[in-house]
Amino acid sequence: MAERSFKREVEDLKLGKGDTFTGEGILAITKALLESGVGYVGGYQGAPISHLMDVLADAEELLTELGVRYEANASEAAAAAMLAASVHYPIRGAVTFKGPVGVNVASDALANLSSSGVNGGALIIVGEDYGEGSSIMQERSHGFAMKSQFWLLDPRPNLPSIVKSVKQGFELSEASNSPVMLMVRIRSCHVTGQFDTEDNVIPPLSVRDALSNPQSDFSRVVLPPFSYKQEHDKIDNRWPAAEKFIRENGMNEMFGPDTAPVGLVVQGGMFNGVIRALQRLGLADIEGRSAIPIYCLNVTYPLVQDEFLDFAKGKDALLIIEEGQPEFIEQNLATHLLRSGLTTKLHGKDIFPMAGEYTGQVMLDSVTTFLKQAAPEFLPGQVRAPNAPPPDIPDLSETVPIRPPGFCTGCPERPIFASMKLVEQELGKHQISGDIGCHLFGSLPPFEIGGQTMGYGLGPASNAAFDGGGERRAVSFLGDGGFWHNGLSSSIGNMVYNQSDSVAIIVDNYYSAATGGQDLMSSRADNPTKATNNPISKALEGVGVKWIRQIDNTYEVGKLRDTIKEALTTDYNGPKVIVASSECMLNKQRREKPLRKKAISEGRRVEAPRFGVDEDICTGDHACIRLSGCPSLSLKTLDDPLRDDPVASIDHTCVGCGNCGEVADAAVLCPSFYRADVVHNPTGWEARKARFRRSVIGWLQNRRATKQLQFQEVSQ
Amino acid sequence: MTRHEMLFTPQGNDSAQAILKLVIMAVGGQGGGVLTNWVEAVARAEGRAVQATSVAGVAQRTGATIYYIEIGPQGIDAPIFSLAPAGGDVDVLVAAEWMEAGRAIQRGFVTPDRTTLIASTHRALAVSEKMEPGNGIASAEEVMAAAEIAAQRLLVADMEKLAVDQGSVISASLLGAIAGSGALPFKAEAFRDAIRASGKGVEASLRAFEAGLAAVTEPTKVEAAPEAPKPQTAITGPTNAQTTWEALTARIAALPEPARDMAAAGLQKVVDFQDAAYGATYLDRLDRFAAKDNDAHGFELTKEAAKYIANAMAYDDVIRVADRKTRGARSARIDGEMGKGEAQVLQLTEFFHPRAEEIAGLLPAKLGAKIENSPKWMARLDRWFNKGRRIRTDTLRGFIPLYIIGGLRRWRLKTRRHAVEAAHLDAWLTTVTHHLTTDYALAVETLRCRRLIKGYSDTHARGLSKFDRVIDGMALVAGRDDAADWARRLREAALKDEAGKTLEGALQTIRSFTS
Repeated sequence: MAERSFKREVEDLKLGKGDTFTGEGILAITKALLESGVGYVGGYQGAPISHLMDVLADAEELLTELGVRYEANASEAAAAAMLAASVHYPIRGAVTFKGPVGVNVASDALANLSSSGVNGGALIIVGEDYGEGSSIMQERSHGFAMKSQFWLLDPRPNLPSIVKSVKQGFELSEASNSPVMLMVRIRSCHVTGQFDTEDNVIPPLSVRDALSNPQSDFSRVVLPPFSYKQEHDKIDNRWPAAEKFIRENGMNEMFGPDTAPVGLVVQGGMFNGVIRALQRLGLADIEGRSAIPIYCLNVTYPLVQDEFLDFAKGKDALLIIEEGQPEFIEQNLATHLLRSGLTTKLHGKDIFPMAGEYTGQVMLDSVTTFLKQAAPEFLPGQVRAPNAPPPDIPDLSETVPIRPPGFCTGCPERPIFASMKLVEQELGKHQISGDIGCHLFGSLPPFEIGGQTMGYGLGPASNAAFDGGGERRAVSFLGDGGFWHNGLSSSIGNMVYNQSDSVAIIVDNYYSAATGGQDLMSSRADNPTKATNNPISKALEGVGVKWIRQIDNTYEVGKLRDTIKEALTTDYNGPKVIVASSECMLNKQRREKPLRKKAISEGRRVEAPRFGVDEDICTGDHACIRLSGCPSLSLKTLDDPLRDDPVASIDHTCVGCGNCGEVADAAVLCPSFYRADVVHNPTGWEARKARFRRSVIGWLQNRRATKQLQFQEVSQ
Repeated sequence: MTRHEMLFTPQGNDSAQAILKLVIMAVGGQGGGVLTNWVEAVARAEGRAVQATSVAGVAQRTGATIYYIEIGPQGIDAPIFSLAPAGGDVDVLVAAEWMEAGRAIQRGFVTPDRTTLIASTHRALAVSEKMEPGNGIASAEEVMAAAEIAAQRLLVADMEKLAVDQGSVISASLLGAIAGSGALPFKAEAFRDAIRASGKGVEASLRAFEAGLAAVTEPTKVEAAPEAPKPQTAITGPTNAQTTWEALTARIAALPEPARDMAAAGLQKVVDFQDAAYGATYLDRLDRFAAKDNDAHGFELTKEAAKYIANAMAYDDVIRVADRKTRGARSARIDGEMGKGEAQVLQLTEFFHPRAEEIAGLLPAKLGAKIENSPKWMARLDRWFNKGRRIRTDTLRGFIPLYIIGGLRRWRLKTRRHAVEAAHLDAWLTTVTHHLTTDYALAVETLRCRRLIKGYSDTHARGLSKFDRVIDGMALVAGRDDAADWARRLREAALKDEAGKTLEGALQTIRSFTS
C-alpha cells in the first residue's frame, strides 16, 4: 500500500457527463484515460508520476469493472513492452513512468514498438523530472521521440488542456500508427484545477476478448527486411499522417494578434510561465490575452513546418522558448526557416540560458531582453529605463544552510550506513557504489558513503571493474526496489557469473520507499491483487549466490558492523551479499500509529519507546550526530554560562527506533542516551512491581540527597 | 493550429498584480501539503479561481520544500496562473521554519514593496549545522536582520510550539497566522471551515489555528506569556555542609566583579561534582589568576579561568555519570519529558559500554597506572568488561550497582583517573601562567583551549590530541603580535570537523611562516 491513499479521490473518477472534476493533474489524466476507452494501463512509479501509479492501484476495482487491465510493471521497460498489445489489436493502452531516466530504461521496448507501429492508440505518459524538485540528472526525454519517431505532446499546464491532450493523443496515435508520448512536467503533475467530465467509456475490445481472437503479422516484427520497410513507413506514411492530424485538429494553438513585428514560439508546458512574464510587462491581461503573437506547441514533435512558417511570415523576429538542452526545437525550426528563404530573425538560446529551468525570473529577463532587442516599443517605460534601484537586502548565502533530502526519523537505512561508517573507521576507506533510492542519501553528510550512482539496480554492476578484488574489497549498495527492477540480473547475476570478489549490501525496507511506499515482490504486506512475500535471499540463492547473510533487524548496529567486516575479510572470494531488512519507518508508523492509539484507548497494554539525552552527561561533541543525522536528534543550547557548545537533544518526534542507543554502544560514544518505554495500561502486577521499585529507588535517592549538598533548580 | 481570438492592448502595468501569490516554504514532513490544501479549499469555497502546485517525490524527504498557490481576483473565472513563484512577485511568504525564511529571502521571494512574511522562529537544524564538533548553528539574528529589511510586513512567532502545545502540528498554527495576517481577503471563519471540512484531528487543529491567529493579531499577549521567571537554585543538604558552602560563596565576593557570576557557576559545578573541599581547591586556583589579573583587560583572564578550570575539574568520569543517572531530579525530569501519567509505568534503559580504560581509571592511582601500562592487564580487563551493557535503571538490579558507583565519589580523588586529570590540569595551567608573563591575550586563549576536550572514549582521545596540537601550535606563534589571534583561529579550526583536517590546514599555515 502506498504512502498516500487516493481511495477518496478515486470516487471522482466515476463522474460523468455534465459534472465538474476538481483536483490534481494526475487524477485528471486518469479520468481522461477512462473517458478515452483505454483497455489496459500500467507503469512504474517515480516522481513526479508516482501518484499516478498510486491512483491506478487504488482505482483497480473501478478499472476491473470497466474491463481495463491494470499492471504494476516490474520496470519501465516492462511497462513499455506492455504496449505491444496495441501493435496488432485495436485496443488503447497507456503506461506511465518518469522521464528521462524511466524513458532510458524503456527505450529498448519503445524503439521496437515505434518500428513495428501500432494499430490501437498507445500512450506513454512521462513525468518529466526536470528543474526544481527533480531528483535525477538534468536531461530531456525529447531526444527519444526524435530518434524513434514517436510523437511528443507537451500540453499547456492546466487541467482541461492536459485532459484534451490525453484524448487527442490516442487519436493521433491511431491516425499515424505511432506511439505518442504525453509529457507532463513536475509541477503539472500536481497542479490543481477543474475540468468538465464526460462519461467513462468501456473499451470496445477488451484485452480479455482479444485473447479469444489472437493475431499476428510477421511484417510487424522487427526483423529484416521488414525493419527497413518499417523505417520507410515511419517517414513516408506515419509522419505525414501525424502532421495532417495535428494540423486538422488544431492541436497547436495561436494566441494574440495576427500581425506583429515579433512573435513567440513556446512549448505548451512553458505557456503559463511566458504569459506571466508578459503579464508582468503589461503585455498580456490576467486571462492570457496577449499583445504579442504566441505560437503554442502542444505537440513538440513532430513540428508542423507550414504552420510554423505561416506564423513566421511577416515577422521581423521570433523567440523560441524551449526549456532544457540541446535546443532540438530551435534547431529544427531554424532549418525550416533557412530553407523557406524567410528573413525572419530567430532567437532562443542566444538569449535564454542553455542549461537550467526557465524560472519566473529567467522568463521575465529573457523575454525582456528579446523585446529590448527586437521590439522595444512594446516595453513599458520603467522597464526600458528603470529608475529605482532594487532594495539592498543583506546576503544570506553564507548564513542559510543547505538542506538536501535525507533519511527520515527512525529510518532503518540509517543504522546500515552508521555500521558501514564504523567499518570504514576501522578498516579504512573503501571503493563504494551507491544505487537509486533513499539509500543514496548515505552518500551525503554525515555518512558520505558511496561515490557514484550509475542507474537503478546498477549499484553492484557499477563496481564490476573491481570484481577481481584487491587489498580492500569493493562494496556496493542496492535497494529492494532496484533489486527487482533490474538488479537481480544486471547486478547480482553479473557478480555470480564473473565470480566477483566484492560485497553487495541490499537495503530491503519492504517497499519501493523513495517513490512513495509502493509494494514490490519482496514486500511483507498481503496485497490482494499482487504476489508479495517473495524473499530476496531466496532469489539470491536461485541465481547462485553462495555467501548470503540475512539481517532481519538493521537497527542492530553491532551485528551489522560485524557482518560487513566479515564480508570484507572472509577468505571466500566469490560474491558476498548481505540483505539488510527492516521496514520503512514512514510506512511502519503510518500502519502502526492508528493501531497503537486504538489499543491504548481499548485498555490493552502498549509500550511506547522514545529516546532521550541526559544533557548534563552530554559534552556537546556531536559524535552521535555524525553517526545519525536523524531529524529528531538535534541540538539544544543550554542556559549554562560554563557551556560553549550546544548539547544533543531528542525531540518529541522520536519514534524510538533504537539507532541512538545502538550507535552509542557500537561506537563506544557516550552514556548520555537512554530509552524510555512508557507502558500504557500496564498489568496489575507490573504496576505494583513498578510502585515498589520506585519507592525503594526514591528512598535511596533521598538518602543520598540528605548527605551531600544538592543544587536544584526551582521555578519561582 | 487553433486560433484564439483574444486581442489585448498593452496597459503598461503588471496585469497579474490582481492575482494573490502565496508561497509556503517548509521542511519535508512538516505538513506543507496539508496547509496548501487548506488555503486552496478556502479560496475555492469563497468562489475564487485558484491553483496550487507542489513538488513531490524523494526530494521531499526531510529536505527543503516549496508549495505555491495563486488566487485569482473575484469575477475572473479562468486567469492564467503561473506554476512556480518568481522573485519579487510574491504577496505572502509562509516559512514553516526560520532558516527556510532565510532561504526565501535569499531567493528573492520576500521584497519590501509587497511581501507579508509569516514565519515560525523555531529551528529544525540542518545536518551540516548539527554535525560540527563545535557550534555550527546558523545565525538566526542575521536572518532576522534581513527579514526586517526584506519584508513589507513581518509576522513571526514560534508556530511550532504554539501548535505542539495544543497537541497539533505547525500547519494548523500557520493557517491561523495566515488568517490573522489579513493578507488574504477571506474571513477567519472561512479558514476554520476548511479545517472542519478536512475531518481529521479537527479539534486540536482548531486550537492551534486560534493560537496562530492570536500570535499575529495580538503579538504582545503571546510574547508576554513565555516570559517565565528565571529558575532559582535551591541548596539543600547537611547543615555543616551548607555552612561550608556559605563560606565558599563569600569568597566569590572577593573576586573581580566581571568574573563573579562565572565563578559562582563554576563553584557550584565542582562542589556538585565532588564536595565543598574540592570547591575550595577550585577557588584557590582561581585566586592565583585573579591576583595576576587587572582591569586593563576587563578581568577576562579571571573570567575565563573561572569557566574552564571548573570544567576541567568536573571531568566526566564513571562516578559522575553514575551519580547523575541515579539522582531523584532526573527521574522526575524524564517522567515529565516522556509524558508519563499516574496510570503508566516507565521502563528506563541506559546504554553503557565500559572499556578497560574506565575500569583502570577507577582504581587507586598507583595500581591504576601500573595496569594501564600493562597491555596484558588491559587486554584482560577488556575481556572482562568491554561490551555494551544495557542497564534498566527502573529496576533495582540495574539501579543499585549504578547507585553504588555513584557513591564512590569519596574515593574519587585517590583514583587513577583523578591523577591523570590533575596532572593534565596542572600542565595546562602552567602553560597559561607561562604565556601570561609575556602575552595576556595568549594566556586567555590557552585557557579557552580547554573547550576542545570533551566526549568520552575515542571522541575524548581525539579532543585531547587536538588540544595538544593547538597548544603546540600556539608555542610556535608565541612572541608574535598576532599570537592570540592565531591561537583563536587554531581553536576554531579544531572545532570544525571531527578528523581535524581544518586544524591541520591551519597548523600547516603556521609552520609555513614560523619555520
